[in-house]
Amino acid sequence: MSINRRKFVKKTIHAGGAFYFGMLPGCRGDDFQPTAIQANRSTVVEAVSPSIRDGNGKLIGDQVHRLLNNAMENLLQTTNAAHAWKKLFGKDDVVGIKINCLAGRGMSTHQELVEAIVEGLKSADLPERNIIIWDRSNRDLHKAGYQIKTGRNQLRCLGNDYSGYTREIYEFGAVGSSLSRILVDQCSAIINVPIVKDHGIVGITNALKNYFGAIHNPNKYHDNCGDPFIADVYMLPHIRKKNRLIISDLLTAQYEGGPPFMPQWSWDHNGILVGFDPVAMDTLAWTKIEQKRREHNLPTLKAAGREPTYIATAADEHHQLGTNNLKQIKLVKI
Amino acid sequence: MALYPLMRTGSAIAAQQQSEFDREARYYEKLAHRKIKCVLCPRECVIDDQETGYCGVRENRGGTYYTLVYGRACSANVDPIEKKPLFHFLPGSGSFSIATAGCNVLCKFCQNWQISQARPEQIQNYRLFPNDVAEYAIKSNCRSIAYTYSEPVIFTEYMYDCAEAGRPKNIRSVMISNGYINPEPMRDLCGVLDAVKIDLKAFTEKFYREWVAGELQPVLNTLVLLKKLDMWTEIVYLIIPTLNDDPKEIKQMSQWIVAKLGPDVPIHFSRFHPVYRLKNLPPTPTKSLEIARNIALDAGIHYAYIGNVPGHEGENTFCHGCGKLIIRRLGYQIAENHLSPDGRCHFCQTKIPGIWK
Repeated sequence: MSINRRKFVKKTIHAGGAFYFGMLPGCRGDDFQPTAIQANRSTVVEAVSPSIRDGNGKLIGDQVHRLLNNAMENLLQTTNAAHAWKKLFGKDDVVGIKINCLAGRGMSTHQELVEAIVEGLKSADLPERNIIIWDRSNRDLHKAGYQIKTGRNQLRCLGNDYSGYTREIYEFGAVGSSLSRILVDQCSAIINVPIVKDHGIVGITNALKNYFGAIHNPNKYHDNCGDPFIADVYMLPHIRKKNRLIISDLLTAQYEGGPPFMPQWSWDHNGILVGFDPVAMDTLAWTKIEQKRREHNLPTLKAAGREPTYIATAADEHHQLGTNNLKQIKLVKI
Repeated sequence: MALYPLMRTGSAIAAQQQSEFDREARYYEKLAHRKIKCVLCPRECVIDDQETGYCGVRENRGGTYYTLVYGRACSANVDPIEKKPLFHFLPGSGSFSIATAGCNVLCKFCQNWQISQARPEQIQNYRLFPNDVAEYAIKSNCRSIAYTYSEPVIFTEYMYDCAEAGRPKNIRSVMISNGYINPEPMRDLCGVLDAVKIDLKAFTEKFYREWVAGELQPVLNTLVLLKKLDMWTEIVYLIIPTLNDDPKEIKQMSQWIVAKLGPDVPIHFSRFHPVYRLKNLPPTPTKSLEIARNIALDAGIHYAYIGNVPGHEGENTFCHGCGKLIIRRLGYQIAENHLSPDGRCHFCQTKIPGIWK
């Protein structure tokens, strides 16, 4: 069943009422990892479709949905999209869709993509109440056009500032942070849905850095181009174990001037990257940004003093979050 | 003493009513493409639109830089001035003590990490604007306002205006700080402050880099500037076993203090307790504190104290002229005071450095 923007917006209208933050009944443990992930660990599907926009350049929701389904079928090696989603998510999962809304309209995770993900989860028999769209703050979500919705028995859309952070500090390597209660208390699985863009301090932002939106103190971890902090944050058990799928938004991307939206340096790539390996996903995103920078006679990120070295750190023996070796990444283009 | 009821702003409410606490920040430069450069502290963060600086409480919005914590105190208490600790400043008086969320360093041994390492929307806050602060100080019979607990450098606009609000009411202001601040804002603050306590966390850049995420030299520069501006200053040195308790380091620091600041700047060697991200070390042995104090006294510092060891002799003030006990303390309480109203030793009339009235 498809969902259009109007239906989506209608479904996410703030209904008011109290929000219960306890773990929902039947929530699966946080260390569940479907075998499908292991089998396709460093496969990344890049799905691109020029016909994804209408004559005015607006995204067509149904086309985005189709694009995502094709990508999922290829990633999970099945000819049925619902089957692909079911390989990753059970009906008792509570799935958080971690988007990135810092830059507001124009350079935030696109709603059309999020709508398609919600439909995919529903095709795996997840009830809407088991789906939470979330990011750093209600303000960021609102600025990006998402409607805050906190009612317990429906699709939710809310920020960490609403739900709060853990009292406990979680540590790995150089980081020590409280974590979003949405991540820790609510969700059994996370779909990481960053948007690919340049970052003025750490080089690029995509899959690895998107979890800075899950900790209470990201402001402390931008020194040294975010290295090793970004990799260390991803190692926190609630993140590493619950992250079950990554869908990078390349519908529109940005190669300079980020993280805020700079239209003069953005381009419509009309695509998505789908995979499990955050290091591979970031390596590919970095490659694309460098390519665009070359086309526009901009220096490499290294020459600009912000090489994203944290990607290699995420691949090192202390982290082993994936591979940054292009030869080891199985890139499937559709 | 009970705190007067204050209006609280919960985190969710605060997020919606944020504009009330947002003020354009001082000490920043506008850069191209809506970026700004903060020049409040030596970190000098370059901040993109919609991002905060390292402190987490100063935010770039469309190329204009805002403090998010003006009038947004997360702590408000009446403390004895000895708790700061300031031992040579109006002893036995109360100090209305406030803080906001945020800090410009990241000490792994922070005692107040729940507020210093948080952003304002993540914790409970009080709506407490400068005139309110001055009024509460008067109602609480306090003689000063202390900017303390977290790091007042990052709420400098709020601190400055509170201090200004207190001055006509004869309420003094004291800054309890890490000293990690650029010279211009420090100079401006000295126009409204009456005393400063600096946490000198170690005397090596290595320690500052590894345990504080800061730098030593700017802190030393601040101490020299305070001396130059004739600001009453006391120093606290938290001794952490194995990390900054090397007698050679303490001797070098003591010699530097005597040479650059003079022998009259009091130093407090405080006991460490395991907390936050440094829980694998034991509390500081009293012996280590005594060794440090003796090194400082031998180096020529007139007033060296021991902190966080209630009842220890090193909590007391001894006249540097005749050596007799002139202020005896029990924890934060004054048990005996043998100072004249103008700050002279009752026994030998030596002028004791400090602010006494």
